[in-house]
Amino acid sequence: MPVKEEKIEVEGEVVEALPSTMFRIQIDGGHDVLATISGKMRKNYIRILPGDRVKVEVSAYDLTRGRIAYRYR
Amino acid sequence: MIVRKSPAEIAQMGRAGKIVAETLAELAVLIRPGVTTAELDAAAEEFITSRGGSPTFKGYRGYPASICASPNDMVVHGIPGPYTLADGDILSVDVGVTLGGFVADSAFTFPVGEISAETERLLEVGQAALEAGVDQCRPGRRLSDISHAVQTVTEEAGFSVVRSLVGHGVGRAMHEDPQIPNFGQPGRGPLLAEGMTFAIEPMITAGGPDVVVHDDEWSISTSDGSLAAHFEHTVAITDGEPQILTAAAVLLR
Repeated sequence: MPVKEEKIEVEGEVVEALPSTMFRIQIDGGHDVLATISGKMRKNYIRILPGDRVKVEVSAYDLTRGRIAYRYR
Repeated sequence: MIVRKSPAEIAQMGRAGKIVAETLAELAVLIRPGVTTAELDAAAEEFITSRGGSPTFKGYRGYPASICASPNDMVVHGIPGPYTLADGDILSVDVGVTLGGFVADSAFTFPVGEISAETERLLEVGQAALEAGVDQCRPGRRLSDISHAVQTVTEEAGFSVVRSLVGHGVGRAMHEDPQIPNFGQPGRGPLLAEGMTFAIEPMITAGGPDVVVHDDEWSISTSDGSLAAHFEHTVAITDGEPQILTAAAVLLR
């Protein structure tokens, strides 16, 4: 049975909204991450705009890709 | 930390692995149009327990069955149920057996009835990718050599590698260190050494690499609906050739 890859949780600020609900996020380490919105957030119609502070799950195997898991107030 | 096993422990894993291989061989005979995945699960569980083993998946993190049965665009973790196999389907079956405190894990994607030539090619490439990954399991190589080999074989054939699911170390527990992705640059990660035991499991698709989890919180399918294949072996690293602990004694199809 395969296991889900290890995720690293980071926080950052949304810099730019891109087509296909992708976002460029500058994480606190200074790097940029290209992220999608998680299914749970889509299901609950949570909107993400540039300037929002978010929690991102980043792939352990590609530190430039991630998934937005939470939007802070 | 990657736990290395002694020759006696590897031998025990080999005994578990033999039951896994035989279970898959039993299922190979049963898989045909009209059979439900629940029937396959029942047969597998019966077979495993009759050989003195226990099905590792049952109750693992809440998983309800003894095998994973994932048809067509489902990649992995399909929960057996009323789904009835149809001519032209492919079915990925994953089996885990615990015997004497050790686990062995293997998977195979079976054709159901007659399949198209392109689907057959997907299955062949999946097996070739597994072989290429297993071939890297030698002392002195690095972990990502396995990952790179799987990715190269898969992508050169025009297929994609699923990224979010990975292979893993295996031994007393089903999932041990390290995580073994099916993609990446070679020459990275820990040095491989004798005694390490890995579950190498390429998951490849005929379309893109993205997957989605279903509402049952287990089954995972391709986002674009393309067919997916899954092949897995439990392998022990020796000072010579890699030892496949879940090798089929009988040629499957």
